[in-house]
Amino acid sequence: MTDHALEPQAEPTWYLAEEEAHHDHGAAGPTILGFWIYLMSDALIFASLFAMFGVVASAYAGGPVPREIFDLKLVALNTGLLLASSITFGEAMPHMEAGRVGPVRFWLALTGLLGAGFVGIELYEFAHLIAENAGPDRSAFLSAFFTLVGTHGAHVTAGLVWIVTMLIQLGQHGLNAATKRRLICLSMFWHFLDIIWIGVFTFVYLYGVIR
Amino acid sequence: MSTPHETPGTHGHGNGHRIGSLLAIVLTVIPFWLVMNGSPLSPGWTVATIFAFAIVQIIVHVVFFLHLDTRSEGGWTLLAFLFTAVIVILTIGGSVWVMYHLNANMMPMPDMGNGH
Repeated sequence: MTDHALEPQAEPTWYLAEEEAHHDHGAAGPTILGFWIYLMSDALIFASLFAMFGVVASAYAGGPVPREIFDLKLVALNTGLLLASSITFGEAMPHMEAGRVGPVRFWLALTGLLGAGFVGIELYEFAHLIAENAGPDRSAFLSAFFTLVGTHGAHVTAGLVWIVTMLIQLGQHGLNAATKRRLICLSMFWHFLDIIWIGVFTFVYLYGVIR
Repeated sequence: MSTPHETPGTHGHGNGHRIGSLLAIVLTVIPFWLVMNGSPLSPGWTVATIFAFAIVQIIVHVVFFLHLDTRSEGGWTLLAFLFTAVIVILTIGGSVWVMYHLNANMMPMPDMGNGH
């Protein structure tokens, strides 16, 4: 009887393979997949914001149109800063895998500075628009613009807080399984925000100016 | 299934990161240049071009920076990504398409066409 009951359990070696797979990354395995799912759900939030912006993109209510209020040089600079920060974060990761904590902290700090520059320029742009009477209360187009770009900016700001936290933790604990796992998640988060920005600068700024 | 170890977000191959960075820079500069310096293309083709560049750049970032492939996490990250991509396309494309037709058919507002 017991032999028959146990026999089917020998079949699904799939679970065993999964268990072994996790050993290579310490405890990172399930966390990485879980964080990936979070990023995908975050992408859905941005999808609904993009959809809203697309629907009201020409609802100017007699107010300013994109061509009058968007400064593409500023947007190009901002895009460059965020792309550069994505590249510098990528430079940190091989050092993390080799266990060199110094270079990791250097590239992470540089990433944080570039990200802070991005947020600073975005806040300057927002303040400038509001001062020109082109704030979120002016038209549906501007409400959607501030919501979409502001949500992205809030994400980048959260990323900056996370970068500072990691710089402190790396100073205190160095590179161990926990800090490595957090760095991997942070790098995914940061690259993800750069991907969302591709949609923003194309759909909102470039397309807005030539539509 | 035998080697599901390529974790998204890690950067095992330095070369992939270099290639991705180079591609990302080129794919960013060209659409900005097209719009800022006056496109040699017709307006319709310019719009099509910048959106095509955006889609290619998103794929470049996902492959070279997030290291998405068929093997990572036993294929689950790719499955989740494809599912999300379908929902994103349906949400944005569907909303814009439906609302554009509603606008065109039902809203003879006095300020319509201001921005065109």
